[in-house]
This record gives sequence, structure tokens and C-alpha cells, in this order.
Amino acid sequence: MKNYNLTHLKELESESIYVLRELAAQFERPALLFSGGKDSIVCFHLARKAFAPAKIPFPLVHVDTGHNFEETIVFRDELAKKYNAQLIVGSVQQSIDEGKAIEEKGFNASRNILQTVTLLDTIEKYKFDACIGGARRDEEKARAKERFFSHRDEFGQWDPKNQRPELWNLFNGKKHLGENFRVFPISNWTEMDVWQYILQENIEIPSIYYTHERECFVRDGVIYAHSNVIPLKPTEKVEKMQVRFRTIGDISCTGAVLSKATTLEEIVEEVAATRVTERGSRIDDKRSEAAMEDRKKAGYF
Amino acid sequence: MTDFSTAGYLTMDLLRFTTAGSVDDGKSTLIGRLLYDSKSIFEDQYEAIRASSEKRGEEYVNLALLTDGLRAEREQGITIDVAYRYFATPKRKFIIADTPGHIQYTRNMVTGASTANAAIILIDARKGVIEQTMRHTYIASLLRIPHVIVCVNKMDLVEYTEEVFEKIKNDYTSFAAKLEITDVHFLPISALKGDNVVDESKNMDWYKGATLMYLLENLQISNDQNYSDARFPVQYVIRPMSSDHHDYRGYAGRIAGGIFKKGDAVTVLPSGFTSKIKSIDILDESLEEAFAPMSVTLTLEDEIDISRGDMIAKTDNLPEITQDIEIMICWLADKQLQLNGKYALRHTSKEVRCVVKDIQYKVNINTLEKIKDDKIIRLNDIACITIKTTTPIAIDKYKKNRNTGSVILIDEASNITVGAGMII
Repeated sequence: MKNYNLTHLKELESESIYVLRELAAQFERPALLFSGGKDSIVCFHLARKAFAPAKIPFPLVHVDTGHNFEETIVFRDELAKKYNAQLIVGSVQQSIDEGKAIEEKGFNASRNILQTVTLLDTIEKYKFDACIGGARRDEEKARAKERFFSHRDEFGQWDPKNQRPELWNLFNGKKHLGENFRVFPISNWTEMDVWQYILQENIEIPSIYYTHERECFVRDGVIYAHSNVIPLKPTEKVEKMQVRFRTIGDISCTGAVLSKATTLEEIVEEVAATRVTERGSRIDDKRSEAAMEDRKKAGYF
Repeated sequence: MTDFSTAGYLTMDLLRFTTAGSVDDGKSTLIGRLLYDSKSIFEDQYEAIRASSEKRGEEYVNLALLTDGLRAEREQGITIDVAYRYFATPKRKFIIADTPGHIQYTRNMVTGASTANAAIILIDARKGVIEQTMRHTYIASLLRIPHVIVCVNKMDLVEYTEEVFEKIKNDYTSFAAKLEITDVHFLPISALKGDNVVDESKNMDWYKGATLMYLLENLQISNDQNYSDARFPVQYVIRPMSSDHHDYRGYAGRIAGGIFKKGDAVTVLPSGFTSKIKSIDILDESLEEAFAPMSVTLTLEDEIDISRGDMIAKTDNLPEITQDIEIMICWLADKQLQLNGKYALRHTSKEVRCVVKDIQYKVNINTLEKIKDDKIIRLNDIACITIKTTTPIAIDKYKKNRNTGSVILIDEASNITVGAGMII
């Protein structure tokens, strides 16, 4: 008999497309949370596959902290234009200006936590009932407990101890007025799967994932991009380094890695050889042992 | 990380397994050991658990801490909910559904088991087969997990003696004979010391079988999927309404069983209209054939009214169309099952309402006895019930197809998933 076994990447792809189609069928106003990072780019690519030859039936929503890398913003705008996708930008700066969020102070100040305010405001403004996120269960221990369809109460909060059981492939997206869902199509992917898939499908990604020369400095063992959003301490020296980014978040909380990878193949090799998790260079997770759990309960991605 | 080439990575397949054990059987330690010995743990993760272990005053690095995600779990040293773990070897990628063993969380075990190809059932070598072992085995057989791996753990605490292992193996075999389990494996291990997990044990010369990792890498899973009964539940209708694709009408879905080929004669259910498959599409590609569990878009030769919830099947092999369904149900909610109660029912992509017509019996999952005089179905109970749906649905028996043979019941007031049903 012919071998009808799917490779694991094909099986993951098929599962994710299934999740996206369930979302489109079960919700009235879904949106794709798009950060310009590789995970949300893969979600976008999967959505194109799920609904082709039609356009994807939901807008892209970017919560812009104002502290993004310029390359990410340029990439985001070009992608939306190329595929004729609707793009909605929620601004953290605006939330701060309106007094809804208060800027952190100090050398390690970050707008990461403030994103929650803007995200919840944007959801309310556009009445989104489900937001697709590119979060993966392998990223972090609180995320390991997420469902594909994750219920949020009317305050946008996650209740990890009282989640709906998710059996087989039967997703329950029923909700009361004011409640909404976060939907995670690539829950079962690992960092390596994402890179292998980008390679296999030849998906375009922002240039800062590839090695480039950049002005950087080192703080607590992490390489940061030098920019006007992180004030330098007197002892810190800016120098030119050959780096790339493994994840893309805010400039203030995303560490770079020294790298020579100029192609997708070389990135995959680097990822395979690395001994530290990708969130190891994310300062936002290091604040306490339950940092991610606390942020998720409050309504974070 | 495991060293694997890109070429190899692209041909790996996927094994989903679940782990079940009682409190303190060493389940988290075993998973930690699998991850650690397969070099799937990163330095910063290891450093974090090393620091936590030290803070808790533990003598050795507690690998169990790798899987305890939520704050309450770390504080109480228990697992609350299903957690998913990932690792890969050059042969296979693995997804572990790590489910808690305490009695009040049976619903989580059912959840983890529902998508698994294999179940690891842990037995403490000092305690042998206990009530919880039977319960876990019953659930594995009820959910029809194709492969069961019984790990007799903590062999280091019984001086690695063969007799202990053999006795447990015999006890288990006589119990499991009453259940439908096709493929069972037994292994003596020590998760704490690493015997027979990834590396062969040096303490048990009498054991000639494979290590757990070898077994996981080599289980034959290609026959777990149903390739004979072609089923395609329509999830979503794609109508681009654009100038390029003016008349395109595609039916999007994930193949729930069998193989579909271009030109196949198909019947749409429940309407009964027939047509032929015109194309099988995915993005810019058009395929000659597609099989479970692929997500594709089908177009048909004829214009038929088809919507979400309809099932496309090959005309020569149709599922049953019915409104009266007998199911084994696992109850997942605090509020008990209501006889004559109405629930929303989800089956593949179809949602209908149903009423509970009869409760035949409840199962004592420790003894497998049918209880006919107590028909109060509470959280974690398993029962045989009959339901009637408002409109006919196209079903298969769960035994034949896990995708088209499973349903969930939803409470219409709270919207909570309250029951998991398997069609018998």
C-alpha cells in the first residue's frame, strides 16, 4: 500500500489551517494580532492558505508600542499592502497620552506590560470577538497550558484553573456578550518548526532576523540595540556588532544574538545548535517566576 | 538541541502521547528525564529549575519542576491542568499531553487522551496495580488510544528485581484482558535514575526489551488513521467574489477519514445530493488526491447548496444518518447530567441541539461494573446514554473513526463544555 503518512510539518500546518477555519466559522468579528514577528507572519501565511483564493476574512491588528524596530513597521506595512489586507494599529503612545497607561521609569523601563491596556481598548473599540495570536506552548510554562480556543471574560482575563476542556478537534467558541476568545493556531509548533516551515515555504521575514551590523551595548549579559528608548548607564559602551534577533518585540526588551547567519538555512543551523531558549533573551519574562502567568491573567496576548 | 539535519527534519513524523499516573508516581520526573536525556532542555531552563530546586531546599535538581507551569502547581507540587510538552529526536517529533493523576481531574486525562496515539501509564513498583491504574487504563481503552506503554517506575526502590516487575505485568495483563486494548508494552524503569528511559539500564540485565525512547521512536503509527472511510466535514465555504475567481465555490475542511481523489463520486449529507470532485486545492496548488488529516478545499462538478456542518462522503461508502444516538459519555462539569435536559451538541463541524432521552447505566471505572440503579451522573462519571438530536447528523462509530464518532455537549446557559461523548 502507498504510504499515506504526513510529515510532522504538514500535519502541524493542517491542524493550524483547521483552527483558523473554525475561528472564521464560529466568530463574527475575528482579528489577527500581528506583531511583525515570525510567529505572526507564519499565522498570516497559514491564513492565506486556509482561505485561498479568497482574501483572509479578518483584519491584521498591531499593538504598536512606539518602541518597535523600524524594519518591523516597514515590513508590516508592505505585507498588508502586498496581500491587500486590512491593517488596524492600536497605539500605546495614545493610551499613555490619554492617561490610561503610565510609563514605567528607570533604566529597564519597558512598554511591554502597557500593551495590555491598548490591546483591550482596541478589542473593545472594534468589537472583536476573537483575536488570533501566534503564541506557542513551547515558549513558556504558562503558555504550555493554553487551549487553542482560549476563553476570556468580559475584562479580558484568563482563568487558567477553569479552562474549558478541549477534546478531539471539537472547539467550543460559545460566549456571552462582552466575552471574547484568544485563538492560537500554532500552539503545537516549536521554534524549530516555525523556522523549518519558513524555510520550506520560503516565507518573507523582516531583515533584522538576518545578521546585520548594528550599534549595540551589553547589559546584564544581554546584547541590546542602541536606541533612544533605552537610556545608557554611564559605564555602558556602544559598539558595532554583527547580530540578528531571534524574536522581535520591543527594542527595550528584545536581546540580540551574535550571528553570521545570512540565509534561512544558516538561521536554522544556528537555532539547532543553540543552548538557550528564544525567550532567554526576553527580559519581560524574567521579572518573576510567574511573570507570563500574571500578564496573561490580566489580558496579555 | 538535538542535532538533526534539515533534510531529516522534513521527513520526520509526529507522535502524540499522553502520560497518566497517580500522585507521586514520578510522572513529571519521567517527562523531565525524557526532555533532559534527549537534550531538549535549554541551559536557561535548566538553570531556572536548578535555582528553584535550591530555593526549595531539595538535594538534587528536580526535573519535575520543568512541567509545573502555574504558580499554584509549584506551591502545592501538583499538576492542575493538561500541559503540553514538545521534544524531537532525529526520527520523530513528540507532543506530550501531561495530565494530572488525581481523581478530581479525570476530565483532563480524557482531554489529553482524545488526541493521543499512545498512552504511557505509570505504576509505582512498590505499590503495583492500584485503582488509579485501572481507571487510567479504562480511559485509554475507552478513548481508543492505539498504543499503551506500561512503565513500572521506581525500580531502584525495589532493588531492580525481576519478580516485582513480572508480578505487576501479570496483574495488569489479567485486568486489561477485559478491555479492548490492541497494543500493550511493559517496561521496568527508574525515571529518577534514568534506567531504561533514554539509556539502557545497567541494573536490570534480566530485561531484554527496548528503552522507552526507542519504543516511542519506533511505534508503528501509520495504521492509526482510518484510510478506508472517506469523510469530509465542511467547515467553511469559500466564495472569493473577485473578478479572478468569479464562480469559485470551494468547500474548506480537514479530511476526517479516508482518501479523496479527483473525479471521485461523492454524496453530500444530510441532503443526499451527489456530484464528482472537480478539484482538491490548497493555496496555489491543485492535488490529485488528499487523505486524512489534511486540510484542503474541495470543489465539485455541480452547483449544490452546501454549507458548514454538511458532510461530503464517497458515494460507495456512506456514514449513518440518524437522530437517535447512543454514546458513552464522560461528564466534565460540576452540574450533573440532566435526564431530559437539552444541550448544544457539536459533532465535526456541525452544531445541533439534543435532548438526553435515557441513561442506561453508569460505569464503575475501578471495577468496570455497570451500575444500573444509580443514574446520577456527576463530574468525572462515565455513563452510557441515549440522545436525540433536533436534525439528522452523519455519524460513524467511535471505534471506526475517532473524528466522526465523537461529540461534545455544551450547556446552553453557561456555554461550558460539559460532556465528551463517544458514539457506540
